[in-house]
Amino acid sequence: MGEITTLHYLVLAAGLFMIGTIGVLTRRNVIIILMSIELILNAVNLNLVAFSRLYGLHGQIFAIFVITDAAAEAAVGLGIIIAFFRNKETVNVDEIDLLRW
Amino acid sequence: MTPVATTFFFYFLALIAIVSAIAVITRRNPVHAALSLIVTLLSLAGLYLMLYAPFVAGVQIVLYAGGIMVLFLFVIMLVNLEQNIREYQWNKQWMVGTIAALALGGLLLFVVHRGYDIFPKTFAGLPEGQNTQQVGIWLYGNYMLPFEIASLLLLVAIVGAVVMAKKRI
Repeated sequence: MGEITTLHYLVLAAGLFMIGTIGVLTRRNVIIILMSIELILNAVNLNLVAFSRLYGLHGQIFAIFVITDAAAEAAVGLGIIIAFFRNKETVNVDEIDLLRW
Repeated sequence: MTPVATTFFFYFLALIAIVSAIAVITRRNPVHAALSLIVTLLSLAGLYLMLYAPFVAGVQIVLYAGGIMVLFLFVIMLVNLEQNIREYQWNKQWMVGTIAALALGGLLLFVVHRGYDIFPKTFAGLPEGQNTQQVGIWLYGNYMLPFEIASLLLLVAIVGAVVMAKKRI
């Protein structure tokens, strides 16, 4: 086991991003899809902080902005889920087709 | 002072993060998935500490594990999922999706591997003891406008969430 370099963090972040993408594409439960989106955002955050170790503080500032956006996205997304569940009594994405022609 | 056992802690935290991330997308019960996601977020906070970013680690714990995940758990509680747990959990195109995501991961690894030489080998001299002060100075100095835009975004999100979750306005 050698020294930990930026490459290790990038590979870990790529793995987390991939797992999040698989979750978004394969699950039916919309709450778990939102959680997978959080996983993707966290992988991006890990990349930003790992690069801030090389290039200065900008990456950490951006990571904070990404966390803020994640909070806003979670609030709006979960509001949509509650409003939808009240109408159709389901949280499966393949049954959510109100906008389909 | 040189840090001790950095290599071990990196692999330890990375293993916890990957395993619990896989648990997030494979568990049937959303409550279990949410709890696994909290474990992932906490191990990522540990990795931020190892990258000399203590403020981001604190924000990660307070805002993500403490705020957003509580919101998720509240919604799981409000939405009655007993019927949903007994249903089939996977999409019809799950195989295509998995293959596409794996191809994306392979592409990412390839790009990282090929472009690795362009990264500088030396680390930027970040003052560890003044990380929070420096982040505050940057946020209220150089990044003033994005900061204000973020606050506006949060306001819009609050109003939007209330409008959508309320029965009658």
